[in-house]
Amino acid sequence: MTMKRVALTGNEAMALAMRQAKPDVFIGYPITPASDILSAIAKYVANGEMEAEFMTPESEHSVASALFGASSAGARSFTCTASQGLALMHEVLHIISGARLPIVISSSSRSLSSPINVHGDHADFMDMRDASFIQIFSENSQDSYDNFLQGVKIAESVRLPAIISSDGFITSHNLEPVEVLKDDEAYDFVGEFKPAYSILDIQNPITINPLSLPDSFMEIKKSQSDAMAFAKKEIIKTAKEYQKLSGREYGFFRPYKLKDAEIAIVVMGSTAETAQSVIDELRKKDVKAGILALRVFRPFPYLKIAEALKNCKAICIMDRSDGFSGHGGPLFVETSAALYDLKNKPKIISRIYGLGGREINEEMIKSVFEDIKKLSENKKVERYGYVGLKI
Amino acid sequence: MDLHKLAKIEPKFVSGHRLCSGCGAGIVVNQAMLAAGLENIVVINATGCLEVTTTIYPQTAWNVPWIHCALENAASTAAGVETAYKALKKKGRLPGQKGDLSLSATPRDDPGGVKFIVFAGDGGTYDIGLQALSGMLERGHNVLYICYNNEAYMNTGYQRSGATPLHAETTTRPWGRDTHGNPTRRKNLTKIVEAHKVPFVAQAATAFHLDFMQKVKLGLATEGPAFIDVLSTCRLGWGHPSNMAYELSRLAVETCYWPIYEIRNGRFRLNYRPKNPKPLEDFLRYQKRFEHLLLPENKDDLEELKREVSQEWEELIKREDCDRVCLRASKTNHHA
Repeated sequence: MTMKRVALTGNEAMALAMRQAKPDVFIGYPITPASDILSAIAKYVANGEMEAEFMTPESEHSVASALFGASSAGARSFTCTASQGLALMHEVLHIISGARLPIVISSSSRSLSSPINVHGDHADFMDMRDASFIQIFSENSQDSYDNFLQGVKIAESVRLPAIISSDGFITSHNLEPVEVLKDDEAYDFVGEFKPAYSILDIQNPITINPLSLPDSFMEIKKSQSDAMAFAKKEIIKTAKEYQKLSGREYGFFRPYKLKDAEIAIVVMGSTAETAQSVIDELRKKDVKAGILALRVFRPFPYLKIAEALKNCKAICIMDRSDGFSGHGGPLFVETSAALYDLKNKPKIISRIYGLGGREINEEMIKSVFEDIKKLSENKKVERYGYVGLKI
Repeated sequence: MDLHKLAKIEPKFVSGHRLCSGCGAGIVVNQAMLAAGLENIVVINATGCLEVTTTIYPQTAWNVPWIHCALENAASTAAGVETAYKALKKKGRLPGQKGDLSLSATPRDDPGGVKFIVFAGDGGTYDIGLQALSGMLERGHNVLYICYNNEAYMNTGYQRSGATPLHAETTTRPWGRDTHGNPTRRKNLTKIVEAHKVPFVAQAATAFHLDFMQKVKLGLATEGPAFIDVLSTCRLGWGHPSNMAYELSRLAVETCYWPIYEIRNGRFRLNYRPKNPKPLEDFLRYQKRFEHLLLPENKDDLEELKREVSQEWEELIKREDCDRVCLRASKTNHHA
C-alpha cells in the first residue's frame, strides 16, 4: 500500500472518493457550496474517467426521486447537495431509507434560509436527523475523503442510505494535504454493490413501496430501526478495515485528551481542530480539559458517549445549529439523553456557535471553557447561550 | 393487433385489487397493459387511487415490476430507473446478465429490452408533478407517461385540480350561493407537453379502446418520451352510476368534451371527428358534479362551459384542416 499525498479541497476530496467508488449513476443539482463536487464529477464523466450515467434533473426533489428509482434498479447511486437542496429532498429522503436503498450523499453542510445565507453550519443535517440516514461528520478534507469511502461500504452492508459532511466553505473550499488511496485499492475496499432486489428483474417482478396499513407498517419500521442499531457494529468494523489499509484510525468520535478530562466540550465537524490548540494551552495551565469530536451522529452512539464522558465534572455541548427546542441545540439534546443513565452525571450547558458561517475562533472557545470551569465549580452559568454574538 | 393472441398472454394487471366498481382507472391500466403485449414492462406509479388500491401489502395486483415513490415525482422516479437501466445494460449487469450481482435474479442470457410506463393521475401530473414531468420530457428519457385523468383529486375526496373543468363541483369548489363550482377553466396539458417537442403526444379515451391501445403501442415504440392523457371516469367523484364508465367515456368524445387526437413527430391528427357532435348535456346529465348546470337558473354557467368546450374543439379542427392544406401545398411544391 502506497499513499499519495495531494492537495485537495474538501469538495475535491469527496469527488475523488466518489469516482473511486465507481457509481453506476450520478444525479445532481447545483447548490453552493457543494456545486464543485458536481462539476468535478461532470468532468470525470466527460473525460471518460468515470463510467457512470450522469443526470442533471430540474430540482433536488427530482434528484432524490431519480436516485430512488436508480438504486431500486440495483445501480450504485450518488449525489451531492446541501442546505436548501437537502431540505427540498426531505420528503424523498424518508422514502429512500424506508425502501432500504443505500444511496450515498456527499454534502458541504450549510445553513437554512431565512435569512438566506450560503455559508456553513449544520442546520441542514439536523433538519434531516429523523430521515434514517447514517450521518458522518468530517473535521477536514482527509476525513471527507476517508468518510465517504467508508460511508458507501457501511450503507450498502446495512442497506440504509448515508450522508457524509464537509463543513461548508470551511472544509469544502479549503485546500489541504490529503493522503489518497490508489484507485484499485479504494475500489477493492468499498467492494461491488450487491443489491437486495432490482426493479429491472423482469422474471421476478416485485412491488416496491406498496401501501402498508396498520397491520404491517410497524414491523417494517422495526426492521429499519434494527438496521440503524446494527449499523453501529458495521461502522466500527469498517473503520478497522480502513485503518489496516490507510493507517488512519476512526471511531464514533475522536477523543482529544479526554481520558482524564474534568471539563470538556462535545463538538462536530471542523471546529474540533480549532479547539485542540485551546486544550493544549489549558493543559499547560494544568486545566484538565478535553474534546469529544463526534464523527457519527446517526446512529447516535449513546453508550459510548456516556462512557467517554462519565468522569467529567462539567461539559459544554456545542451546536452549529439551534434546533429551536427552546432549551438547547440538537446535539445538546441527544448528548443530555446519553448522560441520563450515568450515576454521577456531569453538569451540562448548551452553546450555539458558527451559524451561517460566523467565525468560531480560539478566543471564543476559551470563553466557553471559562464557562465550563465555572460550572464545574458550582458557579452560576447561562445554561443555553450563543457564542460569538455581536450584541 | 391480434386480439386472439393478446387474450392468451398472462395478464400483467390482475383482479383482486380494490378499485371501485365501475372505476375508469382499472380500465385504463387493463387496456394499456394488454397493448403492451409481450414487452418487458416496468410500471412507475404516482401516489393515488391506483397505487393505494392495487398494492395493499402483502398483496399486489401487478404481475410486472412496479415501483411507487410519491405523488409529484413519478416522472423523476421513472427517469432514474431508465437511467440505471442504461448504465447497467452498458456494464452487462442487468438482472440475470453475467455481471449481475443482485441476490435474487434468475440467470438469463438475453434480458431483452425493457420499457417503462408511468401511471399518474391528473393531480400528480397537471399540478404537483408538472415540474418533474417537464424535466423528464426535456431530458428525453425513454418513458411512456400515461396520465389517467379523472379531472380532480379523487383519492383524497374529490378536490379540484388543474384538470377540473369549469363549473364542475368538487369538495374544494362546491356549488354555493356565491360561487358556482370550479371558477377556472381546465389547463391544456397536452399543449404544454407538445411544447417540449417530444416525439409522441396524444389524448385518448377508454371507450375508443383500439385507438388508445394503438397509442400505447406507438408510445412504447417511440424512441424518447411519449405522453398520453387518457380521460378516466370516476364513479364517486363524478357521481355517475357504476355501469356508465364506458358510456361516459364515449359521450365525452362524441360531445367534443374530450377530443382524441395525436401529435406524432409534429404531425397532428384528430383520431375521431364526429360529423354531428352530440349536445354537451348528453355527457353532463349523468354526473352529479354537473347537476347544477342543467337547472334553468344556471343557464349562463352552462353556456360558459359550452363555449369553452366548443372553442377548444374549433381550434383543433382548424389545426387539422390547416395542416392538411399545408401538407398538400408542400407536396405540390416538391413535385414542381
